[in-house]
Amino acid sequence: MQRKSLDVWVGMFVLLGAAAILFLAMKAGNLSSFSLTPTYQVISKFDNIGGLKPQAPVKSAGVVVGRVADIRFDDKTFQASVVLNLDSAYQFPKDSSLKILTSGLLGEQYIGISPGGDVKNLANGDKVTSTQSAIVLEDLISQFLYSKAADGGANGSGGNNGSNGSSNSSNSGSGSSNSGSGSK
Amino acid sequence: MINAIGSLGFAVRTWLANLGYATRMFVRMLSLSFGLLRRPRLITDQIHFIGNYSLVIIAVSGLFVGFVLGLQGYYTLNKYGSEQALGLLVALSLTRELGPVVTALLFAGRAGTSLTAEIGLMKAGEQLAAMEMMAVNPLQRVIGPRFWAGVIAMPILAAIFSAVGILGGYIVGVRLIGVDEGAFWSQMQGGVDVVKDVLNGVLKSVVFGFAVTFIALYQGYESQPTPEGVSRATTRTVVIASLTVLWLDFLLTALMFN
Repeated sequence: MQRKSLDVWVGMFVLLGAAAILFLAMKAGNLSSFSLTPTYQVISKFDNIGGLKPQAPVKSAGVVVGRVADIRFDDKTFQASVVLNLDSAYQFPKDSSLKILTSGLLGEQYIGISPGGDVKNLANGDKVTSTQSAIVLEDLISQFLYSKAADGGANGSGGNNGSNGSSNSSNSGSGSSNSGSGSK
Repeated sequence: MINAIGSLGFAVRTWLANLGYATRMFVRMLSLSFGLLRRPRLITDQIHFIGNYSLVIIAVSGLFVGFVLGLQGYYTLNKYGSEQALGLLVALSLTRELGPVVTALLFAGRAGTSLTAEIGLMKAGEQLAAMEMMAVNPLQRVIGPRFWAGVIAMPILAAIFSAVGILGGYIVGVRLIGVDEGAFWSQMQGGVDVVKDVLNGVLKSVVFGFAVTFIALYQGYESQPTPEGVSRATTRTVVIASLTVLWLDFLLTALMFN
């Protein structure tokens, strides 16, 4: 009798451990997001992928329709070649375009699919040519500064006060962007 | 001067001899372990003694470590306005580091010492010698089952520690402080990889189980058969096992998560 009750306790102990590992895998880890549904692969080229990582979601209209399988650098075209695994349940026209987007201001990056108007759908191994790179904050700031400077140059002969004001504001802008990149 | 060099040489020689003897004992124990497959009862008994009795201290420690991680993590993350990442911080620190390491340290203190003392006293009472007289190999009958029980119990305990710790972080972070519940879990699931984080943590705890249990058994088996010798062996178990766990952890972390 003694023996039997002891076995029950050991069995409960082992079961508890299995439950803990299951909890870690399903609730804390990403096992539940692994899908066994059939997928098809689509290859795309990006000029700049920013902070995109493998396993990042592919979304259309905000719904996850696939995941990034692999990211490699192509030294023929000097572009990033990104392989996507799209869910077979969802079909997209052949001329759909891909965009690298950011969820929230500082959130993770994902790929958005905007469907096109072609009659044929994307199939396994197809290449998507219409892509839009990730927005790099430094490029954005320098673009903004150039456009400001161009504005200042155009207005230079006219109202001096106004152009001074705008160049001052752009200077302060560049100052803050420098300090921002320094603290990273 | 000559004396100092001589004693240093003697110390190194003794250390090497101990290491060699321990290795020989380990290999013999492993080669005798196949006989245990016919008597799994012996291992079950030891799992009950080592695992079930350590359960409460492991679970309670895990809960409080989770509480503290929740509080401290919130304090730091709040400075950067990213307290939603609290779940990720708690889960990663527990599955990768704290779960296996703290469990191994507690395991050395809770189960390792009792193993050393038990075997040391068996030796002092000449029970091991009596077994040999009856043609029963104590390495197979006494050491083997305890070793495998420790190796099996350790990852289970570490997994329970991590799971309870995450629940503790959830209680403090979400219930008490008020971090958004959806963000807590979704950031955790987005950032914790099953293979890279959870499985490597389990692997770590298996290695720690091997190390701690074997050190405890070796110290007991090799203790001086006197009350003083057993007490010294018990102390050595805790010291050596804790240090081994910490440097092994560094080594494994460097290998796994480079």
